[in-house]
Amino acid sequence: MKRELPLLTTALIGLFMILSFFVPHEWVSVPADFLQATAIILVAFGYVLGGANVLRVNLDAVSKRAPGWPYKVLLVVALLVTVIIGVLDGIPREGGFLNAGTRSKWIYDQVYSPMAATLFALLAFFIASAAFRAFRIRTAEAAFLAIAALIVMLGRVPIGDRMTAWLPHAFQLGTMQQWIMDFPQNAAKRAILIGAALGVMATGLRVILGVERSYLSGEE
Amino acid sequence: MQWLERLDRRWIFVVMGLLVLGPLIKPLYLPLSVTEHVRAFAAAIDRVPNGSTVLMSCDYDPSAIPEMVPMTRTAMRQLLSKDCKIVITVLWNAGPGLVDSVTHETAREFPGKRYGVDWINLGYKSGNEAVMVLMGQGIANAFPRDYSGGDTRSYPIMHRVRDYSSFPLLVNISAGYPGTKEWVQQVQARFHLPMVAGVTAVSAPEFYPYLQSGQLQGLLGGMAGAAEYEKARGEKGTATRGMDAQSLGHVFVALCIILGNVVRRTRPAGGTA
Amino acid sequence: MSLHLSASLGTWLAAALTLCIFSFLYKDNPLYKFAEHLFVGVSAGYYIVLNFWTVIWPNLIVPLGKAAQGLGVDPEHKGPFAAELGDYRAWLVIPGVLGVLLFARLLGRIGWVSRWPLAVIIGVYAGIKTTGFAQGDLVAQVQASLQPILGRTPWETVNAVLFTIGLIASLLFFFFSREHRGALGVASKIGAYFLMIGFGAGYGYTVMSRISLLIGRFQFLLENWLGLR
Repeated sequence: MKRELPLLTTALIGLFMILSFFVPHEWVSVPADFLQATAIILVAFGYVLGGANVLRVNLDAVSKRAPGWPYKVLLVVALLVTVIIGVLDGIPREGGFLNAGTRSKWIYDQVYSPMAATLFALLAFFIASAAFRAFRIRTAEAAFLAIAALIVMLGRVPIGDRMTAWLPHAFQLGTMQQWIMDFPQNAAKRAILIGAALGVMATGLRVILGVERSYLSGEE
Repeated sequence: MQWLERLDRRWIFVVMGLLVLGPLIKPLYLPLSVTEHVRAFAAAIDRVPNGSTVLMSCDYDPSAIPEMVPMTRTAMRQLLSKDCKIVITVLWNAGPGLVDSVTHETAREFPGKRYGVDWINLGYKSGNEAVMVLMGQGIANAFPRDYSGGDTRSYPIMHRVRDYSSFPLLVNISAGYPGTKEWVQQVQARFHLPMVAGVTAVSAPEFYPYLQSGQLQGLLGGMAGAAEYEKARGEKGTATRGMDAQSLGHVFVALCIILGNVVRRTRPAGGTA
Repeated sequence: MSLHLSASLGTWLAAALTLCIFSFLYKDNPLYKFAEHLFVGVSAGYYIVLNFWTVIWPNLIVPLGKAAQGLGVDPEHKGPFAAELGDYRAWLVIPGVLGVLLFARLLGRIGWVSRWPLAVIIGVYAGIKTTGFAQGDLVAQVQASLQPILGRTPWETVNAVLFTIGLIASLLFFFFSREHRGALGVASKIGAYFLMIGFGAGYGYTVMSRISLLIGRFQFLLENWLGLR
């Protein structure tokens, strides 16, 4: 029953959700609505569990004095301070802990937000370095990829039109870029979209019918 | 030429940094032209009857600020200038604080517009697609409280909002998952709500099939799309100011691709990889 | 152009943390490690408190509290189990209990109990996604592909033919039930070229996205921190 009950639950709920797409009657729509509300609450608990797991793993590393453990102390302290301040800010505001003027909003605006943005900004440097060191055109396919990339990259920005302003309109980078996006690129992306849809439908049915059980990983 | 093969990558970082920084300090004023899909985005919002209530889902976080925030601001300005009311939702964990700041700043430009009457931020809800489908049975069921903790049903703007049938348009500004794809699959396809989307450049190419099929009525792609939208609306925001730097950055990456291959091809026979 | 340094402590802190992250470009260093661990800690704490106050409190605890008094959304309906669409009152005990059971994962011996809430999540999303992909991607995209080949102008006709060839060839590239030889081999080769054009366009847009993020950070440092105007 440790595996069979969850598999049966998944099957029944999955089939019911598919049925709810086709049947608007309240005997189907109300329970389906309840299941969606349940899923939202469970996902929220999942995020809380994830945060608690981060705390557990790092407390463990600190207690065992794992390499880099002082940084883990900082991580744990930051986590606990954020949670405590968030809870205290939310109590008098019925949950509006991120309202303007709260300490939580200050932490979000001045600590979380700039670091989140900067971590992704690093990628601009790495993409330039990778373009120089790793982008190798050795086959016809790679040549197609490179030519399309160069036309789209330069045609999408103002300098592309400035560079080719002397050419007839049809041969300007902006026009060529737009044509690539609307036709050959579009055809390829649609094929991927259709293929992926078939794949997701197949996987969804495999999960519902209990053929795919990897989400039940763990001991018996 | 072979010394280029041994070049420390940090020199590439320095050149990239300088080429992006330069035009931000000393602009080049390269002219920008508005493309068809951006015009379609603005036109779709223009077609919404004045005074309607529009759903705007801002599904992004601080990592996508330069692309998403200009789109949000310009779309909100276009809607508020048509006296449209806006119901805002956020489906990204790290987005609600940012979206609230941006929407409040933009709404302040319209002194007659009041929170809860002309616009409302319902805040964040976990659950991705489940939230989208749940909203189909009742917006307030999914969001019983707004961003600030108030009772959603108590706000005047929500008195006329029941479910998706209350909106003539969905404006989705999204940086990934959950986002435009999920809104198309779960809301546009199921509830037939017309929609337009502003997306990050990294995900824009995959939405062209939705444009061609009519599932999306307009598309803004990345900072270039945001800048074109600003131009179409007669504005000069952060996206427009960033396009010169974008241009030089692209030229540099293109040169890196070409130079990298030239260097390898001109390597003497018997040289190591 | 003149400099107007920000007077806000928060802006200076944000700028300092930004520069700490950028220091990684030189090499991995204690400043970067400090910022990175601070970020992870704040993120994890933020996710916990956000999901509590935005979902668990308003969608679970508040309605359960009202249901305990026999109240709900509609004041006309009284009773803890007088549920209707969107107002599930005491029935919300079910997701509440399932949510708590999720934490059994942290307790080794009874970790298997967490499979029940997982099964509910997986069942709901498998059902939603299957129908979403079927209607939104498969049906709608195939329908949109059935367009007239003959356009109003010769150029439109050429584009329509090219699009159709590209779509069919790209789909055939992913057909692996037969070896790619003969006519299928030629078609899949053409499909590969179209896919490469698609990936090249994707690469170009990815470059644009990444550079935009860098522009955003430089704009913050120049305009918000240094006040360069």
